[in-house]
Amino acid sequence: MMMGTAISKPEKFSMYYKETMRQMNDIGIGSIVIVALIAVFIGAVTAVQFAYQLDGTLVPQYYIGYIVRDSTIIELAPTISCLVLAGKVGSNIAAEIGGMRQKEHIDAMEIMGVNTASYLIMPKVIAALVVIPMLVAMAAFISIVGGYLSSVPTGLMSDAEYIQGVRSFFVQRNISLMFIKALVFAFILTSVSCYQGFHVKGGSIELGKASTDAVVFSDILILLADYIIAAMYT
Amino acid sequence: MIRTENLVKTFGEQEVLKGITTEFYKGKTNLIIGRSGAGKTVLLKLLVGLFKPSGGTVYYDDVDFYQLSKKEVRELRMKVGMLFQASALFDSMTVEENIRFPLDMFTNMTRKEKLARVNYCLDRVNLQGVNDKFPSETSGGMQKRVGIARAIVLEPRYLFCDEPNSGLDPKTSIVIDELIQSITQENNITTVINTHDMNSVMEIGENIILLNQGNIAWSGNKEEVLHSENEFLQDFIFASPFLQRLRESALQK
Repeated sequence: MMMGTAISKPEKFSMYYKETMRQMNDIGIGSIVIVALIAVFIGAVTAVQFAYQLDGTLVPQYYIGYIVRDSTIIELAPTISCLVLAGKVGSNIAAEIGGMRQKEHIDAMEIMGVNTASYLIMPKVIAALVVIPMLVAMAAFISIVGGYLSSVPTGLMSDAEYIQGVRSFFVQRNISLMFIKALVFAFILTSVSCYQGFHVKGGSIELGKASTDAVVFSDILILLADYIIAAMYT
Repeated sequence: MIRTENLVKTFGEQEVLKGITTEFYKGKTNLIIGRSGAGKTVLLKLLVGLFKPSGGTVYYDDVDFYQLSKKEVRELRMKVGMLFQASALFDSMTVEENIRFPLDMFTNMTRKEKLARVNYCLDRVNLQGVNDKFPSETSGGMQKRVGIARAIVLEPRYLFCDEPNSGLDPKTSIVIDELIQSITQENNITTVINTHDMNSVMEIGENIILLNQGNIAWSGNKEEVLHSENEFLQDFIFASPFLQRLRESALQK
């Protein structure tokens, strides 16, 4: 119902555009470092652990590059990045909107005639739908680089083997799957967080609870959606 | 003019307003007074549509507010200004951006025209040179005045003020009261003020309703307050022995 109210014709397009740009900056630029940092370690750990598991088997070493690439593209980059973003961005959104509710900012906007559900939610959702897939694509690339850094300089395999693995058995559809997941997860984490913030009642304890609930429910729904998408597309 | 007809509001089992029928007049400062918990804020929120009534309705110049579509409500609200108890200024915006927000959202004015209008409203509330300050960098009294400037920037026909003097010293309270009254008279708007500041009652109370336990216990104007025999009113307005002595001496004169 809230999303129904949120998706409506803006009172003034330029105001919504400005707010969307601000949100893109907050969600996108503000999350690059944390997403990049996590992505490096995802790739690095995946490479090291598969090297350990494949050690002594007949599976060729270059398979590590292939596994790192596919596991990050299909699963780890979209899911882990969005779970982290649910914590960082989701809690921030819930606290921001909840704080506005408590300080009567939302009431003030309502009295002015602003469609608050639309003005406060739509720019955030659109911004997330644009920038989170970009962050996920960046995370996938950095993860593959992370796998390289943890396996080649440490002597787990040669440079040529890792590159060969990364270039082997490439399925273009997996990239689409990554972006579908990123879009769905972006929608979940922003809409759930906006809902939690928008409906805050009470004081600072309730605001903290809303912020926590935003993260918890977003995470649960992201994992559920991850399973559904995996079951549907693989 | 705003008129309420048998306005009822319940929260669960608790009936906060028990059928309020009253009128708030155009060009006058209409005051809602009463003890804490009497239902003042609930009534004000029902008037502006922040709460939905459990019964009865509100008329804005014979337009039934609660029969309007969402679009019509938004259109009507562009004619409404409201000053909140804690001012409700947007923290991340400067004073100028706060006042300009309704203009940015609802008008096609040029940047220059908007700035002129913002400066006019700031002048009107006796504030100059604060355009680039953030709300946190201003005093409580200044925030109230910025709140009033924002409320009048779209030239509203109805102005609502929720406890405009709360947290202010008596001198600043008088300034705010006079400001609200002069804006009301100059622009011939319907102003409704929710207050329990007795100075306001005696200074600007042109139409007063006293709420008690969800009912109107008394209504009248500031002159009638002094001479009324209503016990609840006298007990409420002249609560302290000092104020009672003041009343007695005023009556003797």
